[in-house]
Amino acid sequence: MDVMPKWAEVILVPLISLVLATIISALVILAIGEDPVAAVKLMITGALGSSYGWGYTLYYATNFMFTGLAVAIAFHARLFNIGGEGQAALGGLGVALACLYIPWPHWSVALVGAAIAAGLFGAAWATIPAWLQAKRGSHIVITTIMFNFIAASLLNYVLVNKMRPKGSMDPASARFPETVQLPTLHDMLAPVGIEFSKSAPANVSLLVAIAACVFLWFLIWRTRLGYEIRSFGSSESAARYAGMPPFKIIMVTMMISGALAGMMAINNVMGEAERLVLNSVEGAGFIGIAVALMGRSHPFGVFIAAILFGFLYQGGAELALWTAIPRELIVVIQALVILFTGALDNMVRMPLERIFLALRKKGA
Amino acid sequence: MDMYLTLIQLLDSTVRLATPLLLACLAGLYSERAGIFDIGLEGKMLAAAFFSAAIAAMTGSVWVGLAAGIAASLVLSAIHGIASITFRGNQLISGVAINFLAAGMTVLVAQAWFKQGGRTPSLIGKARFEPINLPFAEAMQDVPIIGPLYFELISGHSILVYMAFAAVPLTWWLLFRTRFGLRLRAVGENPAAVDTAGVSVVGLRFAAVGICGVLCGIAGAYLSTALQAGFVKDMAAGRGFIALAALIFAKWRPWHALYATLLFGLFGALETRPDVIESLIGMKVQGQLLSALPYVMTVIILAGFVGKAIPPRAGGEPYVKER
Amino acid sequence: MTAPPAIELKGISKSFGPVQANKDISIRVMPGTIHGIIGENGAGKSTLMSILYGFYKADKGEIFIKGKKAHIPDSQAAIAAGIGMVFQHFKLVENFTVLENIILGAEDGRFLKPSIAKARRSLIELAEDYGLHVEPDALIQDIGVGMQQRVEILKALYRQADILILDEPTGVLTPAEADQLFRILDRLREEGKTIILITHKLREIMDTTDTVSVMRRGEMTATVKTSETSPAELAELMVGRKVLLRVDKQPAKPGEVVLDIKNLHVRDEKGVERLKGIDLQVRAGEVVGIAGVAGNGQSELLEVLGGYADGTGSITVNGQSLDLTGKNSDGQSRRARGIAHVPEDRQREGLIMDFAAWENVAFGYHNDAAYRSGILMNNAAIREDAEGKMERFDVRPPNPKLAAKNFSGGNQQKIVLAREIERNPDLLLIGQPTRGVDIGAIEFIHEQIIALRDKGKAVLLVSVELDEIMALSDRIAVMFDGHIMGERLPDQTDEKELGLLMAGITDTDKPHSVEEVQQNLSFAGGDQGA
Repeated sequence: MDVMPKWAEVILVPLISLVLATIISALVILAIGEDPVAAVKLMITGALGSSYGWGYTLYYATNFMFTGLAVAIAFHARLFNIGGEGQAALGGLGVALACLYIPWPHWSVALVGAAIAAGLFGAAWATIPAWLQAKRGSHIVITTIMFNFIAASLLNYVLVNKMRPKGSMDPASARFPETVQLPTLHDMLAPVGIEFSKSAPANVSLLVAIAACVFLWFLIWRTRLGYEIRSFGSSESAARYAGMPPFKIIMVTMMISGALAGMMAINNVMGEAERLVLNSVEGAGFIGIAVALMGRSHPFGVFIAAILFGFLYQGGAELALWTAIPRELIVVIQALVILFTGALDNMVRMPLERIFLALRKKGA
Repeated sequence: MDMYLTLIQLLDSTVRLATPLLLACLAGLYSERAGIFDIGLEGKMLAAAFFSAAIAAMTGSVWVGLAAGIAASLVLSAIHGIASITFRGNQLISGVAINFLAAGMTVLVAQAWFKQGGRTPSLIGKARFEPINLPFAEAMQDVPIIGPLYFELISGHSILVYMAFAAVPLTWWLLFRTRFGLRLRAVGENPAAVDTAGVSVVGLRFAAVGICGVLCGIAGAYLSTALQAGFVKDMAAGRGFIALAALIFAKWRPWHALYATLLFGLFGALETRPDVIESLIGMKVQGQLLSALPYVMTVIILAGFVGKAIPPRAGGEPYVKER
Repeated sequence: MTAPPAIELKGISKSFGPVQANKDISIRVMPGTIHGIIGENGAGKSTLMSILYGFYKADKGEIFIKGKKAHIPDSQAAIAAGIGMVFQHFKLVENFTVLENIILGAEDGRFLKPSIAKARRSLIELAEDYGLHVEPDALIQDIGVGMQQRVEILKALYRQADILILDEPTGVLTPAEADQLFRILDRLREEGKTIILITHKLREIMDTTDTVSVMRRGEMTATVKTSETSPAELAELMVGRKVLLRVDKQPAKPGEVVLDIKNLHVRDEKGVERLKGIDLQVRAGEVVGIAGVAGNGQSELLEVLGGYADGTGSITVNGQSLDLTGKNSDGQSRRARGIAHVPEDRQREGLIMDFAAWENVAFGYHNDAAYRSGILMNNAAIREDAEGKMERFDVRPPNPKLAAKNFSGGNQQKIVLAREIERNPDLLLIGQPTRGVDIGAIEFIHEQIIALRDKGKAVLLVSVELDEIMALSDRIAVMFDGHIMGERLPDQTDEKELGLLMAGITDTDKPHSVEEVQQNLSFAGGDQGA
């Protein structure tokens, strides 16, 4: 039985989880001898108080939209893709190869080409765990974790032994040609007369990420494939009865998931670094888990949660710059969000359900 | 003889590297045998590594440090237990959260306490676990063949190494020869059977998660107070996940856990000695391949191409009484 | 009768969220008797007994054991009070041995060896006292369900239980196995044990109990001496009005063969053969009922026909053969061939419980031209169709936006039925059509099945309720151990004959002993009582 109204399910539960995470984070800040109120103020001015801050916030948010959507689509099929990190790393490899070895005439074509390459590489990296899950029943959580580590070793090998320019000590690829440089928000907003910080990395990929949110909403709620994915995720036995092929659903879902994670690379590798470096993903694949949980696997929820985490990341960087609070505070907040919205969901939900039940009995 | 010494040295470093894996692997074994999946081994080790190094540095006593490390690991175990047993949350998500919590908190607290960029001061003297020389080790050093074997490989490890190896038969005995073990295995296979037999499922699972915390605590303490002399950021470096891989590789059995972790420890040892591989198989092997090998092998095992790994039946599922 | 009741419950109430499972229930069970508790599925029998066993906590009420007020917060306390329970779904650890399962929770000290040795000795005694022979070192996963049930009984006896509760013990047993169980229960009664038998089968109550309590919708409607009541009276007490045992129907007018199954074999994932050469025909305009104890291959038969289990052999529908293993062996292809399927378990298979009713109306038919536009779903069309279907099948509440899980069992079944029957299929597969369905809906569902038959369609009915099979079928096939033991016409057979077939005995002229039946059931670990 549905005990809670839908708005409580969609808004109240995540909100309370967020409040709990915030309170504990504030206590942590207090415990290390800093002022949480001042910290929040600094984070807000640092992340949202200038177009420079916004530029970073949106840059991070773009990454998290891609990885958050990747986790969310998998959740709809009741698959837990922890492999976003590795898939995004492979996506980076795809982008680097596309940008370095194909002479693109213009950034716009290059963006399409690089996005396809990123998506293909990311999807390919998700395909193997997907196949193992679908055909051999190997637990996808474990295999995707393993594939994160294998991806790290692979990228290490490729960057150190293959892609590193001669004479360079840095385990990184060569710089991409100028023709594939993506326009930043500054470039895009200048023609319409809006001043936007020149040095902030947010770029046209943000629009691609937003388009991906819309695309995914459409896919999940409007297409037959989405119907099959949701059916399979809700009840595998029922999907089997209806004749929805589990193999196809697992493979396609994971490939979409991997492709989305991989496409993050057009933002961080092509849009920002403009070359492939070691550990370019910087944990964004894992943040996708928090983003998807917080956004209740709904593309719009993911969009909002990604911006929130973008804010936290930029704010956290500012904190690390101006106070003694290290950047890792954000990792703690992220952990708390995952804990409260994911694992301790019932702790928030059970008392709420009791309240609504009592209210309903009174009303009846 | 030179080759023999090199081999002994290689095995010696295998033992050192396998120890934290073995402890974490056994930790996971208790938890998963009781039906609680734990991908938070990494986080628990990391937290224990920091707190044992930090407290050892402050008090000058490694034993107090070890206790602190175990306590830190137990706190995370408690969170995992509350999330996945009491509130029947998703055990995998809880594990992910715990890993991040540890990764963030260790640096945060390290910075607040020591202001050294997320590390602890180097540990010296009694703040570290020193190698133990077994009786007659020095005297036997020159005896051919068994001398070096005894002196280099068997003697000269820290007490934690011997504890880890002793934990293997102990775990086997506990699981398969005692009442507690019978109930623990039962609760991982069919918690309803345990519940209707009048034994507390929650109590058993918390006990298992608690033992897991203690062993992860020792594993973490070993990293920062025995293997190395102090804590550095992210020093668990994926060992919790290799231990998890080893657990699958071992198919949730104690003796096999020993073999699996020794094998993965050997890969780690070989990674630091590329010359040995080259002279052994006459071919250069990339270090990256060796570091990826445990994961690749585990995927192959998981795929069931070489002996299928069947996890405890009730693993990962919160226990809800049926109506 | 001066002895206090073995068990007395006073004013027990229990709710699960908004659902009240037990309402102010009082009952007295005298020592040394077999006391039946009868009621429909969902009447609250199991909940009541789970409260007695400390599995759930009652919201209100008191429990007295042997005249003393008892507090039973958990199973441990129930066991200490001398109560043992055999659940409908056994609570055994599959990869443990019989002995390990018996000592679990009742070990003798911290170490296993002495516990096992002691249990082995007790087991030999118990086997002699009650005729409960088991193989102590066999793994549970290797022995049959009848044996597993014995292990459950032994578990209770090993814990010195003198009050034994059995919840629907015969659901998984053949009639012969059930007879044997009842003989054991008689023996236990003779030894002074008190037995509570929970069942929804009238016959078992009449045959074995001394007193019987009837439950309906969470309430206790009556407690009577079995010798002073009749099945008709009990049935009326159970459902609150006279039950229509027969369905009104005209004789069938069978036409062409629609479904033709020849030499069908099916293996499950573990490689165990579940169907061992089935031959069966269903013609247009007839209902063929498959009778049998659950787990004898009926589910696998439906799964192969429904396209989600692989098989070998041949199946033709309207003369064209079905793909049994290839890429056209799936639910979608079957539907395209005019096969509709109301599955045995609507909550696990027939519906997505989290989806709204309207989304469930398209379930399985989401690729249908009427429901789609290109790669998209035509949600407006599906919603409209759902509204019509819910009205025509009288689904209550008639709200297509409500999630499937919020409907009652009968209304959920009507949603599935509306979806499948309105496709106007050539062949309807229907499994356990009225399981967990309230009386009013049962009649409606039976009428719909007969109406489809009268339209000249073929219906294959699988049910474990013999009454239902007898009432609906034009022809009855009995399944046992993956075989069809024989076919009978409903007006030329009776429950006794079908019961023997269900136990795997075909030669009905020859008298049979229970031991022979036991042989037929072929348990693993034949070296009994070692």
